[in-house]
Amino acid sequence: MKEYKVDLHIHTVLSPCGSLMMSPLNIIKEAFRKKIDIIGITDHNSTRQCRVVNEEAKKAGITVYAGVEVTTKEEVHCLAFFETFDILDAFQIYLDSHLPEIMNNTELFGYQLVVDKDENIVCEEPRLLISAISQNIDQVEAKVHSLGGIFIPAHINRAKYGLISQLGFVPPDLNADAYELSKHISTEAFLSGFSNLKGKTFIRSSDAHQPELIGENFTLLKMENTEFDEFRKALKSSQGREAIA
Amino acid sequence: MNVKEVAEKLGLKVISGENGLDREVKGGYVSDLLSDVMGSANAGELWITLQTHKNVMAIASLKDLAAIILVKGFEPDPDMEEQSNAEDIPVLNSDLDTFTITGRLFQLLNP
Repeated sequence: MKEYKVDLHIHTVLSPCGSLMMSPLNIIKEAFRKKIDIIGITDHNSTRQCRVVNEEAKKAGITVYAGVEVTTKEEVHCLAFFETFDILDAFQIYLDSHLPEIMNNTELFGYQLVVDKDENIVCEEPRLLISAISQNIDQVEAKVHSLGGIFIPAHINRAKYGLISQLGFVPPDLNADAYELSKHISTEAFLSGFSNLKGKTFIRSSDAHQPELIGENFTLLKMENTEFDEFRKALKSSQGREAIA
Repeated sequence: MNVKEVAEKLGLKVISGENGLDREVKGGYVSDLLSDVMGSANAGELWITLQTHKNVMAIASLKDLAAIILVKGFEPDPDMEEQSNAEDIPVLNSDLDTFTITGRLFQLLNP
C-alpha cells in the first residue's frame, strides 16, 4: 500500500474568486513543487476547467480527480468527484440546468475563464458561478451518487457556506462519503466539539484560490494506486485503504 | 397571542403541525443560517426563514419555537413537513418576502 499526498479542493481561473494566476499550468507547477500526488479540481458550480488541468497534470505525473464545488439551495458548499469525463459532462448538464440566470459582474466578483494549456482564454462563463443552484443538498447528493460519484460537504467547520453554519448540524442521515475540514481547525479539535461525528471519514484540503496556498492543508490517502475506485475504498476505509486527515 | 391568531391576522397559510396552533407567540426571529438560530433564537418565538430543510424542525424543537413562517410562498421539504406534524410545531407560509412579513409581524406583536 502506498501513501499519497492529496489536496482535493483547488479552484482555477474559472472560479470568480480564483486568482488569475490559477491557470492549469501554474496549478500543476505548484502541486509538483509541493510533491502533491493527487489534486482535486473543484470550481464553483462548473467542471469546465478539469480537462485541461488533467492534460497538464499527466505530463507532471500528477493525478487529477475531476470535480466541482456545488452550492446547494441551502448555500452549503459540497465537493463532488466523478470517475470519467463522460460522467463529469453528465453532471455539468445537471449544473447548467439548475444554475440561475444571474449574470456575473466581473468588477464585483472577478473573471470566470476557461483557458487552454497555454493560458489563452477559450471562453468566459457569463452566469455567476457562485450562485446557489436550485437543488437541495439531498437532491445533489442523490444525483452525485446516481452517477457513481463521491459526495463530500466542504469545509464543514467554517462559519460561511458550510454544512453546519447553514443547517445548524450535520443531518444524521446525510449520505456523505466524507466531510472536509479547513486549515482553521485540527481534526482532533473539531471532533472534541462534535463527538457525534467520531467514526466518520474526514479529508483536509486547501480550498486554494491562489497558487501559493495549494497543499497548505492536505490529506494522506493510503491506497494501492491512484485509480478512482481506490479513492472510493480509501474513504470507506475498506480493504486496508484509508484517508488520514 | 397564539400561532392561530397570528396566522389569521397576517393571512398565513397553515401547511402542517396544526396541533400546535395554540402555541403562544412571544416574539419573532429572522435568519436563514440555522447555526445562528440555534445560538440566538428564544423559546416561543416565530421563526421567519426561507430554508426548507428538515433540520429547521430539529432546531425549532430544540429551541421550543412557536412556529415557522416560510417566505415567498416556499413549501417545506416533505421530511420537514413530516417533522412538523410529529413535533406539533406549525409550518406556515406567506407569499410575501421576508422584509414585508417581518414588518407586519412586528407591528402585530408591538401595537
